[in-house]
Amino acid sequence: MLSKSKIFFKGTAAVLPHMLSVIPFGIITGAIGVELGFDPILVYATSLIIFGGASQIIFMQLLSGGASSLVAITSVGVINSRHLLYGAVLSEYLEKLNFIKKLFISYFIVDQGFAESNKYIKQNKNLSNPHYYILGTGVTLWFCWQLSTISGIILGSFIPEELGLKFAIPLTFLAIIINDLRKLDHVFVMLVSGFASLILFDAPFKSYIILSPIVALISAFIMLRFKK
Amino acid sequence: MSWFSIIVSGIVTYFSRMAMVALIDREMLGAKVKEVLNYVPAAVFPAIIFPGVFFNDFGSFVEYSNPKIYGAIVALIIGFYSKNIIATILSGLLSYWIIIFFINQ
Repeated sequence: MLSKSKIFFKGTAAVLPHMLSVIPFGIITGAIGVELGFDPILVYATSLIIFGGASQIIFMQLLSGGASSLVAITSVGVINSRHLLYGAVLSEYLEKLNFIKKLFISYFIVDQGFAESNKYIKQNKNLSNPHYYILGTGVTLWFCWQLSTISGIILGSFIPEELGLKFAIPLTFLAIIINDLRKLDHVFVMLVSGFASLILFDAPFKSYIILSPIVALISAFIMLRFKK
Repeated sequence: MSWFSIIVSGIVTYFSRMAMVALIDREMLGAKVKEVLNYVPAAVFPAIIFPGVFFNDFGSFVEYSNPKIYGAIVALIIGFYSKNIIATILSGLLSYWIIIFFINQ
């Protein structure tokens, strides 16, 4: 049986490759905030309080473009609503925790951490303390996110824009689902989601981020009916 | 950008993380829902990948000479066979850079 700290650091190790995109993205986020003219403390506060890359950038861009707080907050809520889906999946592994621990661990649920935890825990069904793995991924990503946004705030965008490092973001997410490409049913759901996102891209409040998964999950539901 | 708007956004985001973990009893979810939840990664991540590859920063469709499409195809092939995250990301980035710095110049 693995000790708790071993499980935690296995989670840490699992998300380390994602730093290739998380760190540049964090630096860009911090730098954008300062470039838009916001108080560095407030820019950093978005990393600590909102803690969600894409939503922070859009939040700051909307407000600097003169959008109302209501519009900015709604956009953040819509973009981050995908965490509801992650929570629904992870809740299976967190069932046995008490309420306070659930409240604590929830703060650390992020895309890459969710994906890696879900993959690992599914493959190791009799893992005794799966929440340490989730925490290992989440806390690691949290630290790297905080440090990289702070360096972006202090140093500015020291990564040349010509490198187009934003492209690392879709690549990270591609790496996350790459193994599921071996399963045709998953490929079908991915294609539905992908094409839905292209069609729905201009929907208000960036809602394609949650509408496309919903469309894809509904098609998964229908697909499962036909499979039987 | 005010403290108020950041804090409200933070509460909304935290709620989205916490609600299903702490407030919902798993027994409320039926067997069918649990089965569909297996597809959450396949349903969520392509919605981030596709626009990131096919659209530019302003949300308009980039034509087929788009170097990101070639980068993504390389990453897809390398990733599929290597099953390695770093190889997937780096191969995509490198092929993208080769195109934008050497070929499209």
